[in-house]
Amino acid sequence: MIRVENLNLRLLDFRLKDIHLTVEENEFFALMGPTGAGKTVLLEAIAGLIPVRSGRVWVDNSDVTGLPPEKRGVGIVYQDHALFPHQTVLQNILYGLHFQREPKSESERRRDRLIDLLRLSHLLNRFPTHLSGGEKQRVALARALMAGPKVLLLDEPLSALDPNFREEVRDSLKDLHHSSDTTFLMVTHDFADALFLAQRAALIHEGRIEQSGETMELFRRPNSLFAAEFVGMKNIFPATFHGTTARVGELAIEMGTAPKGSMRYLSVRPEDVVISREPTSRNGATIFQGEIKRVVDHGFYLSVSIKTGGLVFQSVMPKNAFLDADPKNWTAVYVQVRPSTLHAF
Amino acid sequence: MEKREPFFWLTISCGGIILAFIVLPLFDMMTTPSLSMLKETLNDRDVVRSIWLSMYTAAAAALISFVLGTPLAYLLARTHFRGKRWVESIIDLPIVIPHPVVGIAILSVAGKNHWLGQVLSDLGVQIMGSVTGIITVLTFVGLPFYINTVKAGFEGISPRLEKVSRSLGASMSRTVFRIAFPLTRRSMTIGLIMCMARAISEFGAVVIVAYHPMIAPVMIYERFESYGLKYSQPVAVWLVMVCLCLFLLLRILTLRKAREA
Repeated sequence: MIRVENLNLRLLDFRLKDIHLTVEENEFFALMGPTGAGKTVLLEAIAGLIPVRSGRVWVDNSDVTGLPPEKRGVGIVYQDHALFPHQTVLQNILYGLHFQREPKSESERRRDRLIDLLRLSHLLNRFPTHLSGGEKQRVALARALMAGPKVLLLDEPLSALDPNFREEVRDSLKDLHHSSDTTFLMVTHDFADALFLAQRAALIHEGRIEQSGETMELFRRPNSLFAAEFVGMKNIFPATFHGTTARVGELAIEMGTAPKGSMRYLSVRPEDVVISREPTSRNGATIFQGEIKRVVDHGFYLSVSIKTGGLVFQSVMPKNAFLDADPKNWTAVYVQVRPSTLHAF
Repeated sequence: MEKREPFFWLTISCGGIILAFIVLPLFDMMTTPSLSMLKETLNDRDVVRSIWLSMYTAAAAALISFVLGTPLAYLLARTHFRGKRWVESIIDLPIVIPHPVVGIAILSVAGKNHWLGQVLSDLGVQIMGSVTGIITVLTFVGLPFYINTVKAGFEGISPRLEKVSRSLGASMSRTVFRIAFPLTRRSMTIGLIMCMARAISEFGAVVIVAYHPMIAPVMIYERFESYGLKYSQPVAVWLVMVCLCLFLLLRILTLRKAREA
């Protein structure tokens, strides 16, 4: 378990401000945010590698704020692996054991399990320079977990890997989390990684936690303009709300339930904007006639801009969704948005 | 045939002039003394003693630089603090100060009129005209070469390696000894050789602090003053041979590092 209370720190021109964060025991938690938001700084503050100005850090119900990094029981894995270049893979993995007192049989069992789980047995005598990116990251994970941390901090562990290795290491991470009793806190830029691995997530922006909650909830229900834009809400419109109806430009959109509090924006994810050639409404979706303005081919999917009622909706669809039809040739189409996919903030 | 640009010929010309400028006087000096003279010089116990004194005082200066300079180099490479630029400039001062001035400066604090000189005297440490004085001077002039080389070595290591080491349970000192030092070993070796080579070649400061016992450069100067060029050359040849061996070692180490990189 990690608990960060009112943490403040200053690092040259950068500041972390009033950080409150709780990661439950054995949870896999994702920390997301743009470059320079303070994600790595926060991880290093939790690990004790950067001194904090004020606030407290708790690990497994112990206040570790005043403890040096080696006494916190917090492991860290960096994006660039940070393997010790003068040591073999096995020496890297066993590094943490030099500073621990535990029965040899116990550590040997853990070593064998990690080597097996991360498929490292054929690499043990190699030096890091002779490993691929994915292998390096697996060694870094084994090394961190070999020390038996209560908490493992992962600083963008997948972003430096090419797509094949990425999936492999991502699966390894999931397996490791399931098979260990360690709490994982991972920094990531990648929405797919966060959704695949993390039960809950937080969004950090300019040194502040902007929003935290269930990972899917963060993507579906952002609570600020920044959060909405960051999580890929392509359709964000200033709106006025009257009961269960949102008025956006010339359109009146049915939301199903009336939003609570004073809201300023209506948003819907591009994946939830459905395009059809017939005005067939399903699940109570609001339907508008529109005109396709632009189709961008992204390889496996298309992003489509549809103009309707003075607004431009963004939609994405698989390239083969319409089989023989090419949306580029369509002019008049229908846009459907279901009430359950609409979000006001 | 491809026509070369004028800049190509400019680089070749400059390179040729510089190489000739360095090699010609040295080659001439090295080849002027006959083999019998060189052999005779090597049988001169004063010459051997002076070269040996040069060697071991330079080695002592390098060792002191290693012990005192390594922690400072680490501090400068790893921390940012107000006045760091000043500290770095102070470390570079011995490189820019005229050498006799270094000797005078050391004597002025080591003399009995200064409290430090008094303390040293009470402790039985003599600087003027002693091996201790020579080592002091050589350390003074050699330190910047060691510290700057090793600092660059520490800066070349990702701080993340040390952060990971700390997170794995190693204290700061254990991290330094297990991670930072092994990875800087080559820089330390090069720094030691640079420092020692610089110390061996020192004359201006030593001649003021300790004319006797005579290190090789002082002996060369003395032979030149007393007997002329012919008698100073063989000693110079032997000293140059020693320096060349050191630099050869340095080049081999540096090239190997570049290849590995």
